Amino acid sequence: MGDLLSLFINSVFIGNILLAYFLGMCSFIAVSKNIETATGLGFAVIFVLTVTSPVNWLIYHGLLAPGALSWAGFPDLDLSFLKFITFIAVIAAIVQAVEMIIDKYSPLLYATLGVFLPLIAVNCAILGTSLFMVERNYTLIESIVFGAGSGTGWMLAIVSMAAIRKKTLYADVPKGLEGFGITMIIAGLMAMTFMMFSGITL
Amino acid sequence: MLKDKTHYMEILVKGIWKENPVAYQVLGICSALAVTVKMSTAIVMAVALTVVTAFSGMIISSLRKQIPSNIRIIVELAVIASLVIVTDEVLKAFFYDTSKQLSIFVGLIITNCIVLGRAEAFALANDPIDSFVDGIANGIGYGLILVFVAFLRELLGSGKIFGLAVIPQFIFEAGYQNMGLMVLAPGAFFIIGLLVWLKNSLPGISHEKK
Repeated sequence: MGDLLSLFINSVFIGNILLAYFLGMCSFIAVSKNIETATGLGFAVIFVLTVTSPVNWLIYHGLLAPGALSWAGFPDLDLSFLKFITFIAVIAAIVQAVEMIIDKYSPLLYATLGVFLPLIAVNCAILGTSLFMVERNYTLIESIVFGAGSGTGWMLAIVSMAAIRKKTLYADVPKGLEGFGITMIIAGLMAMTFMMFSGITL
Repeated sequence: MLKDKTHYMEILVKGIWKENPVAYQVLGICSALAVTVKMSTAIVMAVALTVVTAFSGMIISSLRKQIPSNIRIIVELAVIASLVIVTDEVLKAFFYDTSKQLSIFVGLIITNCIVLGRAEAFALANDPIDSFVDGIANGIGYGLILVFVAFLRELLGSGKIFGLAVIPQFIFEAGYQNMGLMVLAPGAFFIIGLLVWLKNSLPGISHEKK
């Protein structure tokens, strides 16, 4: 349990998917203008990451990894080069399925999350988490925890950014730095703050 | 169907400078920040992205009349993902060390908003040759920013360019120190932020809408 907790804390704070690995920047910049939408997108990302990460784990270790197809009589087959196209297809399919399920059973949730779901399919944080999970050789349980942790870290970052950006509306930002420029500099300061956690070991 | 040269020049200038994908359209930031600790990784990444954007633009544009519009994202992603797999395999075969350092970021070209953005915004509405040129222009525009950021980060962060020490020893003895911050994540954010400021202050550029 301790290891899993440490992995979770690590992926939320120290190895924050957004501020330490720069994944999911595009939607981070585009959707952080408003706190409500940022929160909605944040929850959608947590949800999709927690589902896609273990599903991609199962597909990778069951079909694509070197030697995974030995039960079918291909012990030497290494399909791991197909992981990019498989993962993106799985992610797109899951996002689509989630969208339809939410639409059917919870119209209220759909009204809040619906518009963000298609955006998520091409969010690099989702694909990046799956690829990191393969590269770091996580187990199935670890991949679920890692997915949930990365999602939480991403949401934390985008919601705080939205809150800070709301304040900058009243700030006297130099001309030319307004908009994207100041957002990047705030993100830099946030990244410095998150680095502070790296001294903590659990 | 050949058009005159100025037509292609216009597309090139637009992609590289006037509507630079990173600085003006705020696309493709993820990788722009992650691979710029060193010049060598930045250049390899820029070339890989240019190739993928150019060819995916060409292929998607040739298919644009056959693709039904409600499944176009999946088709585009399939084309892009196949090209990325080829690029990744080539990198692994010929530039193994750099490919290890780039780790997952080659794979993330698939979700790089520049590639999909150009496919959506340009390739679906223009002919294949135009889309190819547009892909190259945006790739170069992205590459220029990448190389510039990498240059600053490597020079200030580790005192090197392409892995060669360029800051003479006597400056270090006089008390100069490398800025460790530049190698870490915040340095990348600050440099991009300041770069946008510089770019917005230069003449002849479309300004970001507020």
